[in-house]
Amino acid sequence: MTRLLTMDAPDERNRLDAMAQGVIGKPLDRPDGPAKTTGTAKYAAEYNIPGCVEGVLVTAAISKGRVASIDDSSVMSMPGVIAVIADERMTARSAQGGAGKSPVRQIDRVEYWGQPVALVVAESFEQARDAAKHLRIEYQADEDAIVDQHDADAPVEPYGDPVVQGDLGHVMKQAAFAVDVTYTTECHNSAPMEPHASIAEWDGDKLTVHTSLQMIKYNVKEMADALGLSTEKVRLLSPYVGGGFGSKLGVSVEGAAAAVAAIKLKRPVRVVLLRQQVFQCVMRRSETTQRLRLAADKDGRLIGFGHEAKVSNLPDEDFAEPVTQASEFLYPGKNRTLRVDLARIHLVTAGSVRAPGEAVGMQCLESAMDELANQIGIDPVELRLRNIPERHPSKDIPYSSRKLAECLRDGAKRFGWSADRKPAQLRDGEWWIGTGMATACRVHNLNEAQARVTLRADGTAEVASDMTDIGTGTYAVLSQIAGEMLGLDIKDVSVKLGDSNFPPGAGSGGSWGAPSTGSAVFVACEAIRAELAKRLGCTETELTLRDGFATAGNRRVALTDVLSGDHFEEVGHFKAGKITDAFSAAMYGAFFAEVGVNAYTGEVRVRRFQGTFGFGRPLNAKTATSQCMGGMVWGIGSALTEDLVFDKRNGHIVNPDLAEYHLPVNLDVPKLDVVLLDERDPAASPLQAKGVGELGICGAAGAICNAIYHASGVRVRSYPITPDKVLAELPEP
Amino acid sequence: MPLTINGTERTFDGDPRTTLLDYLRRDCNLTGTKKGCDHGQCGACTVLINGQRINSCLTLAVMHDGDAITTIEGLGDPQNMHPLQAAFVRHDGYQCGYCTPGQICSAKAMLDEAALGWPSFVTPDITGEVRLTRDEIAERMSGNLCRCGAYSNIVDAIVEIMEAQR
Ligand code: FES
Ligand code: FES
Repeated sequence: MTRLLTMDAPDERNRLDAMAQGVIGKPLDRPDGPAKTTGTAKYAAEYNIPGCVEGVLVTAAISKGRVASIDDSSVMSMPGVIAVIADERMTARSAQGGAGKSPVRQIDRVEYWGQPVALVVAESFEQARDAAKHLRIEYQADEDAIVDQHDADAPVEPYGDPVVQGDLGHVMKQAAFAVDVTYTTECHNSAPMEPHASIAEWDGDKLTVHTSLQMIKYNVKEMADALGLSTEKVRLLSPYVGGGFGSKLGVSVEGAAAAVAAIKLKRPVRVVLLRQQVFQCVMRRSETTQRLRLAADKDGRLIGFGHEAKVSNLPDEDFAEPVTQASEFLYPGKNRTLRVDLARIHLVTAGSVRAPGEAVGMQCLESAMDELANQIGIDPVELRLRNIPERHPSKDIPYSSRKLAECLRDGAKRFGWSADRKPAQLRDGEWWIGTGMATACRVHNLNEAQARVTLRADGTAEVASDMTDIGTGTYAVLSQIAGEMLGLDIKDVSVKLGDSNFPPGAGSGGSWGAPSTGSAVFVACEAIRAELAKRLGCTETELTLRDGFATAGNRRVALTDVLSGDHFEEVGHFKAGKITDAFSAAMYGAFFAEVGVNAYTGEVRVRRFQGTFGFGRPLNAKTATSQCMGGMVWGIGSALTEDLVFDKRNGHIVNPDLAEYHLPVNLDVPKLDVVLLDERDPAASPLQAKGVGELGICGAAGAICNAIYHASGVRVRSYPITPDKVLAELPEP
Repeated sequence: MPLTINGTERTFDGDPRTTLLDYLRRDCNLTGTKKGCDHGQCGACTVLINGQRINSCLTLAVMHDGDAITTIEGLGDPQNMHPLQAAFVRHDGYQCGYCTPGQICSAKAMLDEAALGWPSFVTPDITGEVRLTRDEIAERMSGNLCRCGAYSNIVDAIVEIMEAQR
């Protein structure tokens, strides 16, 4: 049976808190932990399939033009080489998140440097890799490729509808205080530790692919569309995903290539992207240029607010980094201008990278807010407290639960925040020391989701959905939701994920995975509870389930006796209905950072980093804390080191590997302090929960930028804040 | 060519270009050792050779005649975890789990290195006694990238085991 819940109004029933098992929200260890820490968890490339051959992609060495010829004979006589494949079903790009249709194919038409143009298949990886390096390709290069968003000839189009209210230009002149600054951010790569990988098997009728993807229900459609198959003929399996961060939202380039090869060769084919290819042909986060205009009255209340961004993408891509997403509702200001312009250039596809929009939008906005606070001469925490709007400034709708003020106050107290903001006052040896803060904000999203819950005759339960766990804790939180609702220890709840044969979950993206798929599990459990209640002659709300026993009135019966040999299977189906337009729902928080800035070299070290967050009900305090920490680590990278460098002449990536693209390493990260506020948001989901996978990055780099200013007096408006940029402005040591 | 992997004698006679990492993952079906970059840049492939940590992607299988290699599978299994594996679970010292076997192998060898008095970049006095502070651990674990950003918890897990060993 399927039970549908469409959320049109806040769910004030708060059913989870009425349950008795006491596992929801608890900081329980992940059930998938032992498999991951012992190396027994199997990732996409790790299935040992007899007869499997190896494919290595060959990528374009021009930025725009045509593949004139591929000389198969240059490699076919090399040992072990089986085939050179360049087929119209192969994809030239990765799919955008939620596309549900094939990305651009046409691999013979090169649109960016690093685009796949062929696949070389051999008996062994060593042979395939060698042959891929030797494959001779002739190109017909176009001379007109524009690879820089600042190129005057780059075509620019507005993206979406700009928000224009009142007259921002006018109030900027009239206001007691005004800040008009431009910040820039560079391209980023998701760089999940597991490179994108697929093993495709074709049995003459059906395709099975072990792969590493975040949103299986869309990925099946994307793969089927690329290959010209019906979706019933495509099965995808991603039980473990070694990190995604947006780069595995859509099918990536190796998937269709492996499938085409398997179909042609009638043998299983494994294709794993080389690390360089993860940089070259998956997704980048767009570089951004952001103009922030903030106008405040004499009390520091915003009367004008402007956030205008320019981003880039390839021609024909629907996605533009939604830089102003949180700016739409975070701050007041009657006179508003928000817009995003999109330049069309020939660099690898721009797409979702952890927290698209807020990740880079918030760090610039929060730095500009710091500049405003300094200009007014008030505590930046106080400036934010004075600017929490009553209602959505453009849509005039109410906010759902919002713990921003609590996060700001609690975080400041815990950190030991000092309101004295005079820069360059404190030294520790050769280090200038300072502190900075920023607000965290990320919009709350929901997505349609289904999950199947089976309560077996032996009193154990199984949850199944094509939902994925990309490190986010899905295995843990879904077992806790089912355990809470059905009165079971989580050891008695098994969770099966990442198989397209299971009901379609929400997928892992936009922080919606847990609240949406979790709600589907919740709905299925409610249906099972109703069945149990019927057997016990009570209503569902009169039924108490705990530790495998059902209690109704003064009767206490073992679940196995209530079931008496039967099992219940229910599919929960969750849809976000009118609720999404009725409230402005978002996750909030506050970051506080202490940095040291080297007085001689300009090097920045983060010495302390605190984050206090409110995102509705935490479903598992341990995994939620880890999500926040992970986001803050990304914030450190975004603030200080991450910069995907493109050659301005031809768009080739100068640093396409982990040696030259600098992720934060262990020593770059201090002991992180994360506090989760206990909150219930009835408008967010039937679980009163929102998402947490992205919140920790949204604004984090801003706190570091502001701390650098406080430490040294140097305001860098160009991320990442590398030593050269700081050094140029440093005071005499 | 003989070598020992997790206590089992094996022979290698494959393509001489085969890295130790590919030999383990493909030929021995020991996929607990991960490939993150294949270029010695991430540490996901860390294994122990005669007790010392090494990036197995940066060495060829054919170079290990007679060596004793320990992979993550040799440290423990889900029913019988090594104390470090159990500590990583308790402290949530992982998220996606892909860097994790490398982190754990690295941590094991790192504790042994410190016990032998090896200094590091952050050791204040390289001739003095080595005290494993959080900074020391973080520095010595900096060859193992974690894009999920579990560093803080990884250090917590290692500190717990280090204190238990004292
Ligand atoms: S795979 Fe060996 S260091 Fe990255
Ligand atoms: S746990 Fe995902 S990279 Fe470390």
